[in-house]
Amino acid sequence: MNWDVLLDFSPFSKNWDAVLQSFWATIKLSLMTGILSLALGTLLVSMRVSPTPVLRAFGTFYVNTFRNTPLTLILLFASFGVGDTLGLNKVLNTYWLAVFGMSAYTAAFVCEALRSGINTVPLGQAEAARAIGLTFTQSLRMIILPQAFRSSVAPLGSVLIAMMKNTTVALVAGYVEMAAQMKQMFEEDGATLPIFLGFAVGFMVLTLPSGLLVSWLSKRLAVAR
Amino acid sequence: MTTTAPESTARVSRRTRRKADASVLFDAPGPRARFRNNIVTGIAVLVFLALLYVVLRRFDDKGQFEGKLWKPFVKVETWTDYIIPGLGGTLKAAALAAVLALLFGVFFGLGRMSDHVWVRVPCAAVVEFFRAIPLLLLIFFIFQGPATIANGLGREAPHISEFTAVVGGLMLYNGSVLAEIFRSGIQSLPRGQSEAAYALGLRKSGVMRLILVPQAVTVMLPAIISQLVVLLKDSALGYIIAYDELLNEGLRALPGKYGNLIPAAIVIAVIYILMNLALGRLATYLEGRSRRSKKSAGARLAPDAPSTPGMGMDQGPAAN
Repeated sequence: MNWDVLLDFSPFSKNWDAVLQSFWATIKLSLMTGILSLALGTLLVSMRVSPTPVLRAFGTFYVNTFRNTPLTLILLFASFGVGDTLGLNKVLNTYWLAVFGMSAYTAAFVCEALRSGINTVPLGQAEAARAIGLTFTQSLRMIILPQAFRSSVAPLGSVLIAMMKNTTVALVAGYVEMAAQMKQMFEEDGATLPIFLGFAVGFMVLTLPSGLLVSWLSKRLAVAR
Repeated sequence: MTTTAPESTARVSRRTRRKADASVLFDAPGPRARFRNNIVTGIAVLVFLALLYVVLRRFDDKGQFEGKLWKPFVKVETWTDYIIPGLGGTLKAAALAAVLALLFGVFFGLGRMSDHVWVRVPCAAVVEFFRAIPLLLLIFFIFQGPATIANGLGREAPHISEFTAVVGGLMLYNGSVLAEIFRSGIQSLPRGQSEAAYALGLRKSGVMRLILVPQAVTVMLPAIISQLVVLLKDSALGYIIAYDELLNEGLRALPGKYGNLIPAAIVIAVIYILMNLALGRLATYLEGRSRRSKKSAGARLAPDAPSTPGMGMDQGPAAN
């Protein structure tokens, strides 16, 4: 009997640099995707509530398309379609291809989270904004969106936490993060329980505190009504 | 007075319509607003067309829109040899995983609300663990782990097929999310419901089975269906461990034969979108039905009300 498969954590010390690097790669991908998807999601939600039917239709089309397509397909498309076929992989490395694919996907969910936030803003707010003569863009920017952001902290947080876990799929775009590193260690040292647990804990270190932060923030920022 | 009746309903409906309209953030456009709208529309259309042109042009330059690359999709063999078997693989895995995940969710959701600490704590630990880690890591481990471990312990290595790994991962992950959905559904019911049931002399099991669970399921049905959409979409992860599903057939095997990656990706994406939109419609319909019926005392929760950070993330009903 060889209990190493259940107890031996030495593959981690052996590959410590690579493991840390993959951990950092996951964080890097999450951060950039978070920023870009928040920006794109805000733009999309502005389109979805705008007075111009064409913009609304485009927003709806975008959200329906990207929310219903598997992330694996989007990232494969980013890698093979945009990267190889269009030859953009000479300009963009796997990191940026993964970032763009992930952001395109996550933005659709950010948009929906923000829209649910906009729905919680009382009607009177928008009416008052119009009554004092603000234009649509002004009322959205100064009145509606700030309140919507504050009340959609919780759904936005769960979207972003899910996005962190989704970064594992970036391995199909050839980006080496924690899932790719775990796969490689599985191949070199065998798929042992300690390797799996180590990476699982690595993710929990990222997701659980984020969850706590989100619920603290959402309580703190909640708009008292 | 019969003549006023239609008028008053008309007024009511006009008022409700106005209210629905007013939830958008602008007034009914006047002449100037209409003029401005037309200009914005024109600019937006131009920008979208320009973007579309650039993208299509670049793919066209690479010959991705040549007729011969699309031709496979009008051939029967493409559908019977690739897409339909792939779709079958996806649906088979998703259906089995959905059933197992629901059972898993009920078991651990109820376990987490147990009065006994030694049931509650392990159930909570299981649910929180599987919710916190990425589904892909889980699938990798289920696929390769048991064989290694059995070997190490000197036992005969079990054969874990790709199908088992995908279904197992989907079950554990989505089951944990569903457990939280069930729990929040039951906790959203007013306390009076269980108090009244206890007052009638029902036991704990009776209170759960006859009073709480039926109402909670009604309340949470849209959320449950949304999670099943997530599950269906996540079955595409099977591609990574080479399980024979839609993505594998349509985006690996098919372009491998015809070299039509972009057309294939578009067709496969449309199939996924249609499946998920259909499921989303179902969720919207069920939500509307449960809102109209007065059978449940529970608050109506939007499908994305519980925070269910999913692989595919939680979603509203309108579209996955």
